[in-house]
Amino acid sequence: MTTEALVRVAFTVNGAPYDLEVPARRLLSDALRHDLRLTGTHVGCEHGVCGACTVLVDGAPIRSCLVFAVSLEGAAITTVEGCRNAEGGMGPVQQAFQECHALQCGFCTPGFITTVTAYLEDHPAPTAAEAREAISGNLCRCTGYQNIVAAVQRAAEIKWGEGA
Amino acid sequence: MTTKLFGARIRRSEDPRLVTGNGRYLDDLGHDAYEVAFVRSPHAHARILDIDVSEGVEVDGLVAIYTYQDLDGRMGEPLPLLIPHPTLTHGRTQHALARDEVNYVGEAVVMVVAVDRYVAEDVVGRVRVDYEPLPAVVGIDAARAAADLVHPDVPGNAAAVMVQESGDAEAAIDAAPHVLELDLSIERSASMPMEGKGVLARWDSDDESLLVHTSTQTSTSVRQAVAAKLGLPVDRVEVVTPDVGGGFGVKIVHPWPEEVLVPWAAVRLGHPVKWTEDRREHFVSSAHERAQQHHVRVGYDDEGRLHGLSVRFWHDNGAYTPYGLIVPIITSTQLLGPYKPGAYRVEFTSLYTNTVIVTPYRGAGRPQGCFVMERTMDAIADALGLDRAEVRLRNFIRPDEMPYDHGLIFQDGRPLVYDSGDFPASLDKLTKLVGWDDFEAYRAQARSEGRRVGIGLACYVEGTGVGPYEGGHVRVETDGTVVVSTGLTTQGQGHQTMLAQIVADELGVPFDRIRVTTGDTRRFKYAVGTFASRTAVMSGSAVALTARKVREKALRIAAQALEASVDDLDIVDGHVEVKGSPGATIDLGAVAVLSNPLRYAFDEAAARATQFATPADPDTPPVAPGEAPGLEGTDFYSPPRSTFANGMHAVVVETDPDTADIKILRYCVVHDCGTIINPMIVEGQVHGGVAQGVGGALYERMEYGPDGQLLNASFMDFLMPYASEVPEIEIDHLETPSPLNPLGVKGAGEAGVIPGSAAIASAIEDAEGIPIRSMPISPSELFDLRSRRSV
Repeated sequence: MTTEALVRVAFTVNGAPYDLEVPARRLLSDALRHDLRLTGTHVGCEHGVCGACTVLVDGAPIRSCLVFAVSLEGAAITTVEGCRNAEGGMGPVQQAFQECHALQCGFCTPGFITTVTAYLEDHPAPTAAEAREAISGNLCRCTGYQNIVAAVQRAAEIKWGEGA
Repeated sequence: MTTKLFGARIRRSEDPRLVTGNGRYLDDLGHDAYEVAFVRSPHAHARILDIDVSEGVEVDGLVAIYTYQDLDGRMGEPLPLLIPHPTLTHGRTQHALARDEVNYVGEAVVMVVAVDRYVAEDVVGRVRVDYEPLPAVVGIDAARAAADLVHPDVPGNAAAVMVQESGDAEAAIDAAPHVLELDLSIERSASMPMEGKGVLARWDSDDESLLVHTSTQTSTSVRQAVAAKLGLPVDRVEVVTPDVGGGFGVKIVHPWPEEVLVPWAAVRLGHPVKWTEDRREHFVSSAHERAQQHHVRVGYDDEGRLHGLSVRFWHDNGAYTPYGLIVPIITSTQLLGPYKPGAYRVEFTSLYTNTVIVTPYRGAGRPQGCFVMERTMDAIADALGLDRAEVRLRNFIRPDEMPYDHGLIFQDGRPLVYDSGDFPASLDKLTKLVGWDDFEAYRAQARSEGRRVGIGLACYVEGTGVGPYEGGHVRVETDGTVVVSTGLTTQGQGHQTMLAQIVADELGVPFDRIRVTTGDTRRFKYAVGTFASRTAVMSGSAVALTARKVREKALRIAAQALEASVDDLDIVDGHVEVKGSPGATIDLGAVAVLSNPLRYAFDEAAARATQFATPADPDTPPVAPGEAPGLEGTDFYSPPRSTFANGMHAVVVETDPDTADIKILRYCVVHDCGTIINPMIVEGQVHGGVAQGVGGALYERMEYGPDGQLLNASFMDFLMPYASEVPEIEIDHLETPSPLNPLGVKGAGEAGVIPGSAAIASAIEDAEGIPIRSMPISPSELFDLRSRRSV
């Protein structure tokens, strides 16, 4: 057997441009984690159900374990590393997750952070029920979700300013 | 004045790293390592006739293919039986790679090492294994019938039969005014952490040393096991637990086949080797738990008080017994909960089946025991027409009866003696929290709206903090930083934060100056592991005792420097102060400098400790007899026996009269884990446990076909609760300190999951008026129960 053919693809991740040569079958999750070494994106099931690998493509959440890296030509990708604040510290959603104890082992957390980051863009003041629905496509085995629901609401406050 | 941190809702110091993508889980390491995939058995029971790798070796990027024949030395022996027990007369463990027979779908047969996982899986697809299928034994009924055997030399498929007895239960039951018999069963579920297992091994041929990272709940024991299997001096092996994406029990089992195979291959190949478990592998080759069938015979009086209780149960241990009989032993003892059973007899049979092994999953046999006891309590209340809470109250062990000796042996080999607890107070809190006494009014109102509701409750006692020991090491660095290490591991419980809170108080240093390391054998070599809700009790106590020793040493050194008496000193905010003398102070970093008499001034601070810097008594050695250089200490905590936490849950459910859909309206928890170190973390543990309890009661089960195929081995089909399935959880605490340890703490990790199935079954039964004897229960099963009743 011969070495696999490589395909060239260019996209940005968290604002930085990348030009990669990867096998056509390389999953976006593996390209991010192992080629770009952005290991914040986690892989929990490899069949698109758990949501741990969620990243934003042009602002919309997708499961990075379900797409090939080479299909992302020209895309703007945001990972959990890109949800930090401008100084590299915790961004609003990340800060809210710490404040509300919305994580334990932290393995599913990157998928929640990206999902909630996208959600808050057009939901500045979610109710508890709305917050719960917003996260109901992601699995967490540690927290029982209660504190994640609280963190979604707290993140909205931080992001959009209390009373703003 | 330093604020006391013990008991405070301190934000976790772990989180800034984890939420920003800076965690380091197993697969985040070793980017240059070769990767491993396994050929796993497609048969539940078969003889291996031939393995043909010829097509596989042609694949570009292949590094090595290994079968059982390649395993040399002790690698070829079966994996260890970790917890032997005299009644485990027929214990069996698997080989790292199957030798001539496979006993469950998923058992590893061939190991493939390649440049990456994609290529490794390409090769796996090209390896041909010829099998001669044998009859599969699936489920407890088939195992008991024993028409076929899992292991030909294990008659009746019985790994063990164990009996414990306190008094003459059968005679007490026969003599009791009333007797009930019940059959109760629980199905299989699994820990199912979001991160599967994984191992990375690096062999340094120059240093002849092996560094293993593994997603485990016990790094110290993996170290011993790997050294033994590979024939290496223990001294040349170190095991580090990186961030772990959840454990819940499955990662306490060790060494997994992969945990010895990956290091073995790394040594052979002289190159880093890594294996990261995928989700399907986790379903079919890690561990499950819970499946048991129980038969209860109970004798009681007109008041509902127990006179005698006899329980027989059958435990499905899967294909092998590496973890011994821990799960059924826990069921057989913790079944008793907060009650006095009168005379008690329990007998269990642990049975082999051709399915994935069964080892502890959070709760570890307690959810089944709790289900059995609580269903029995409800049945007695129903038979006598008494209130369910009242029947429980009448059977409680009372606070003035503590410590209470059940006359049985617990899972740690020690007497089952409850140290403390106030069960009537807990029940009172719970019935108030849920509004137990007002429920009939609510039910009537719901009924008038065409809705069907029910309420249930369940109580449990959990032996936590089992021994034999844990240790702690505390060192004050010369810059005032305090480094703390303990050998057991962390899977998300906030141990760094919790242990730093303890050290901050004991040593008088700011929280943010403390760095905690867990699960790294380079830092601490003696430990047991993280399981059985034991870290706060064991490592918490060990670290507290250690910090006290270091504090004493700091005060001795500071007393000399400040020319004051030790009794007049205090440590506040990282400084030793003379009480009542502002200005007479020395910071702990400087004390650390003085603790280490020096010849060389390698930096400015060190100059203070050099030989000409300080006036010294010329007749005593610089390091006094019995002292050691450095402001550090090590100590261990080893308790006489477990400490027993307890709790009670109440649930309100609504069942749809048409579709039999089951909805949880309220979930209330009263929890007593002794003194609380960090309420935020404890509540988080309870939330997570309750979610797993809800999953186990209503959604999760391992669906094995009769041929031993696991039919739902994916997150699409094995239904773990999402946010939409978990109710809001209302919590109240009671703090009954443990008299057994210096902090008064009891374990909290597993508690939330234990009474889930029992409480939810109780509520559904109350809503429906149909006995619920088997869990989990789906809407279609409830629908079926209704249909059978109406026939």
